[in-house]
This record gives sequence, structure tokens and C-alpha cells, in this order.
Amino acid sequence: MKRIVIALLLIGLVLIISIGILIPKETEKPPLSLLRAKLTSKKVPVVDHTKFAVLQKVFSDPRQVTAACISCHTERHKEVMKSNHWNWEKPEYIQGRGVVYLGKKNAINNFCIGTEGNETSCAKCHIGFGMTDAKTFSFTDSTNIDCLICHDNTETYTKAPEKGGAPMGNLDLANIARHVGKPKRSNCGVCHFFGGGGNNVKHGDLEKSMFEPAKDVDVHMGVDGVNLQCVDCHKTENHNISGKMYSLSSMNRNRATCEQCHSENPHEDAVLNRHTLKVACQTCHIPTYAKVNATKTEWDWSTAGKLKNGEPYEEDDKDGNHTYLSIKGSFKWGKNLKPEYIWFNGTANHYLLGDTVSDTSKPLTINKLNGAYNDKDSKIIPVKIHRARQPFDPVTKMLIQPKLYSDKKGEGALWKDFNWKRAAEVGMRDVNLPFSGQIAFIQTNMYWPVNHMVSSKENSVKCIECHTSQGSRLANLKDFYMPARDNNPIVEYAGIGALLLSLLGILLHGTMRIMTSRKMKTRGL
Amino acid sequence: MKHKVYIYRAFERFWHWMQAIIIFFMAVTGFEIHGSITFFGYANAVKYHNAAAYAFMILIVFAIFWHFATGEWRQYLPTGENMMAQINYYLIGMFRNEPHPTKKTVLSKLNPLQKLVYFSLKILVIPAMVISGLLYMFYRYPQKGAIVGLNIDSIEGIAVFHTAGAFMLLSFIVVHLYLVTTGADITSNLKAMITGYEEFEDADNEKTNNSNSSKTQNSGIEVSK
Repeated sequence: MKRIVIALLLIGLVLIISIGILIPKETEKPPLSLLRAKLTSKKVPVVDHTKFAVLQKVFSDPRQVTAACISCHTERHKEVMKSNHWNWEKPEYIQGRGVVYLGKKNAINNFCIGTEGNETSCAKCHIGFGMTDAKTFSFTDSTNIDCLICHDNTETYTKAPEKGGAPMGNLDLANIARHVGKPKRSNCGVCHFFGGGGNNVKHGDLEKSMFEPAKDVDVHMGVDGVNLQCVDCHKTENHNISGKMYSLSSMNRNRATCEQCHSENPHEDAVLNRHTLKVACQTCHIPTYAKVNATKTEWDWSTAGKLKNGEPYEEDDKDGNHTYLSIKGSFKWGKNLKPEYIWFNGTANHYLLGDTVSDTSKPLTINKLNGAYNDKDSKIIPVKIHRARQPFDPVTKMLIQPKLYSDKKGEGALWKDFNWKRAAEVGMRDVNLPFSGQIAFIQTNMYWPVNHMVSSKENSVKCIECHTSQGSRLANLKDFYMPARDNNPIVEYAGIGALLLSLLGILLHGTMRIMTSRKMKTRGL
Repeated sequence: MKHKVYIYRAFERFWHWMQAIIIFFMAVTGFEIHGSITFFGYANAVKYHNAAAYAFMILIVFAIFWHFATGEWRQYLPTGENMMAQINYYLIGMFRNEPHPTKKTVLSKLNPLQKLVYFSLKILVIPAMVISGLLYMFYRYPQKGAIVGLNIDSIEGIAVFHTAGAFMLLSFIVVHLYLVTTGADITSNLKAMITGYEEFEDADNEKTNNSNSSKTQNSGIEVSK
């Protein structure tokens, strides 16, 4: 007995020691603490703009401010004028189509459809003044540049609605000009949080709560945490800002990535590090998006144009999100959403104005993000898929760019005249495309990679949320085998069958032994 | 009269029980990774399964050394001799209270069916599990799929193979646990694997050709064919 106990103790000891040695310890790697130290250190500005003589005057026109900026920063305007923020287009190579000039100027999206013909309203988010028509706007006049929209640090500079990008008239431009600096979250957010005509309409992960987010909304930008600004990750050299959206981009270049700070293998655990080959950081570290305010998930243009007593109207849900607008149609919203997941290799294809759609039975993908399991550059990324019904010409097979905005009735703008046919006619004429006179509506989907609202590592997606056959987050990605989600039915049935047969066998054998031994006993054997 | 025969030596018993614990543990964690059960939590199951895999491989290295150093590996060479008698015993003889057709001695402690099954475990199933397990862990390491020639596109084949092996081992364990009870009496096989000694009736022992082995514990080491 003693020997048995000693043997068992020995076995237990060896087991505990070997497991103890072999299980890697979870300790924080030094780079993360170094990053934290670096990013929280206070920076002292190298200049004080309040002391500049050129800024000690009254500015009656924002163009005078731009001229004052350029008088010292003599070459910067050239950098700005090369940027996408300025040009609203850039050359992009698309596999199978060649080089196209793609940008807000000409792209179709799944929200307000397109800017062409509607610039007076859309250009509120252009970094310039007076772009009421992109065809006539001077992209070479440097005084048209709006420096302050990005560099105002007073948070008082505001662009006026429907003025082609001009600022409000009541601003203290001189004071603002004396308090400029590196762009803050407020500078970027004022456009990027409200794209599509309202808070969080487009992205889902970029919205007004991100001006001053709590750490549990975004672990990087949290004001109670490291408090990162947009430009801390979106590194910028010579006004070339890294990172872009695949609504307007097609190439795998100039991306802002998690890896630029965290490296490709940031985990202590080797098994997790191996995941990074096929799984993007965001997939596990952004379990939900639209954490604070809802994001628009569906937009049906086909219901637009209904009037009450001849007047347009709106309907809201209990949180104040529009569910119907006469000018835009009906919407659905979602909050705390689980992303959908796709393979993505960093390249995209786009529906471009004038493309014909042959198959309207399935939804048209406005921006096709390329990728597959077997493509070595592809990783699984989280996306928001925005689903819409958009106006379509069933004869020419083209999506319709309608005329939406005008400041007065009678010019054909849908938002004033509520006449689809007329809006389509004027809109398509503006972009030099044919229109048959017929309007249908087709399903269109747009893919928005989710990159922000990163959760702390404790709150990241758990293994079992993907590695399960019951409602796996990756249930829709069927082009590869994943442990626990998938199995081979032949092996499964054969294996369980063998197990059951073994059990049945010993049950039969055991019963016979018991029965025969009883018989022997009664016979006195 | 009964007397004791020393069958299983200390290392052998240690190896057997360690192997039993590790395989059981790996079955639980492994089938959790496979998605069949939930027990430790997925991340822990992976961690423990990998750790146990290393423990198992270390044990295997020691076991291989022991088998060759002692010559015990010969015990596992399959033989047709007595095979039919053994099968007959399990199918018929046992129910008629007939004696075991194969006598356990230090020199020959396995019956022909055991030889065959254990031999295939050692030569086929366990190596297949170790190799497929290592591939499962390292199929992209350290080249991360960058060297096309070494690239295994999918884990599917590896995982399915590893799972099939696991089902085979599990079925073996079920039958093995039952056959433990088919010794001289229900617990004598179990006792032998714990203490090393198995009790035999003297009448049986006379038929064996090595009755002296019961006197000295280490006789098996010097005597080998």
C-alpha cells in the first residue's frame, strides 16, 4: 500500500512539474510598456503661434488666413494639393481594370450615392473653400486650401452647411489662426464621424463618442487610458496621411496597421501568434462595434419621396435615429453589433459610375474586398456590411447618380422636388451618362472594415466564439477547416461507431461471463 | 497453495500509469479542442494538450530506452503461436471457466493478442499520433507558409488524421479497461500492474517453465533469449 501511495505521489509530482514548465507564463512584453511610456509623454510645442506678427490682425476672409500660413510654411500647400483630402481622387490600380482615378469626386457609395452634382452640400467636408462644382473648382489655387479645418486647436472652427466648404461667418478667425497645431481627434472626427449625413451613419466604429471615448470603448484612444489621437497611428509625412478606407481605395499601400506598433507576433502564447498569419488583429480585438451610438445598417432609397400634406417629414426611433426621411428613404440601425467576417488581402474592386450590372438577382457589391483562405496575403477581417436599395436603370443596367441637392426647387433635385425621374435625368446628364427614363431599385452592399473601438485584451473575442460548431463567428467562411467548428463526417461516424461497438462488445461479453459463472456455481464447479 | 510471480518491474509500472494518465488527459483536452466536449475552456484545453504532448514525448523517449536496454521490446514481437487458442478462450473458454491458454511469466507476459495489439499501438498508432500532433502544432513553423515547397495549405488533413487516431485510442482504452477484469480473478491483473506481482495457483505454476522466477525479483533482466 505504501509503495502505491509513493508511486502515485511520484507520478503526480512529475505531471505537475512538467505541466508547470511547459505552460508558458503570461507576462507583458517590454515593448508594450515602452510604447505606453512613449505615447503618454507630454510634448512641448516648438513654436508659439500667438507670438507670430503675421497673425496679429483681423481676418475678414478665411483665404487671408491661408495666405498667412503659406507666408511662413512656404512649401506645405504643395504637399496638401497632392493629397486625396484635397483632390478627392487618386490613381488606383485595380486588377482587371487597370489604373482608374478613384475618389469622392466620382465614386458611388451606399449612402448618399455620390457627390457629383451635389458638391455644394457634400463639400462641407472638403479641405477647401467654395467647391460648389468640382468641375469648375480651382484645384491649383492654394488660397482655396482650408488649413484650419484640420489644424484648429480651439475646437471652434466650423464649416457652414451647404456653402461648398466655407466656414461659418461668425468665427474669430484671428484667434483660431493663433491657436493652431497638430490635428486632434476633434479635427478628424468632425468629418469622419458624420459621413453619410449623420453621426455614425457610415463606419460604425468612428462616431462622436470617439471625440472623448472611455477606455472600454477604445483601449487606445480612451481619455482614461493612453488617450491616443488619430494621427498617433495614422502617421503623417508631408501631409500624406497613412490609412485609408476601401470605399475609395483599391491598392494594398499606405495602410495604418496595428503591427506598426505591436509587431507581427505580439502574444506570449505561440498558438495565438500563429493565428496572426491568417487572422487580422481586429478580428479578435474588436468583439463589437457601434458600442455607444447606433450605426446605420440598412438604407432603402425606394421609399424616398413620400410627403405629408405636400411637405417632407421624418420618423425617428426611440433613440432619435431617423427611421424614415422623405428625402432619403427608410433606414435600419444597430448598436453593439458583432462584425461580419471576410477574407481580405488589401486589394479591392469597385463599382464605378457607368458600369453595367448583368445579374441583379443577387446584391451588387459596391466595393468588392478581395481575398480567400488560399491566398497567402489574405487575413480574416471584421467588417460592417451596409445593405441598401439604390436607384437603377433597368434598360441601361447602370446605377443611377441622382441629382439630390439644390438650394431651390425646380432644378430637379430630389431633396426639393421629390421627383425620382427628374432627379435621375438631371443627375445622369451631369455625369454624362445615358438614362432610359425608367427607374428600378436593386440591392447593393458595401463593406466597411472595422478597425477602431478596440477592446482590452481581457475583453477580446474568446477562442470558443469561433472554435465551435454552434453559431461560430466565422460560420460564413467555409473555405477552410477550423478545429471544433468543422469535422470530417466519415471519421466522426466511424469513430463514434467504433466506440459504441467496443462498448456493446464488452457489455455482451461481460453479461455472458456473469451468466455463465452463475451457472458454474450452481453446478458446483 | 498460491504463490506470487513478479511480472511488471518498477519502471514498467511507472511508464504504464504515466501513459494511462497522459492519454486520458489528452483525450479529454483533445476532444475539447475537437469541439465534442467542454471542460477546461478552449484556450486551456489547447495549452494543456500541448503541454501533455511534451510530457508524453519525454516519457516515450525514456520508455524506448528502457525497452532496448532491458531487451523487453522482444515481448511485443507478434506471434501466431497460441493465437487461435487465445481467441477461442475469449470467445468460448472463458465462459466455461477454462484456464488462460497463455501463462504469464517474466519472460513472456503478453498473450498473442496483446502482442499484436500493443505492437500496433507502438509501431503505428502512437507514432502516427505523435507525428500528426507535431504537424498540427508546427505545420506553419517557423517558415509561416513563406516557403512554398514546405507549405501545407490546410490543417484539415492533419486534424482529421489526428482525430481518427484519437478515436482508435479511445476504443482501445475501452476494451483494455474491460480486459483488465479477465485475469485469474477480477482484480488480479490490476493488482499486478500496481504492485508488480501476480498471484497464481500452484497447479498452474507447475506447467510454466520458469517457476523459479518468483523467488528473485530481477531474474528477468539477466535471462533473455
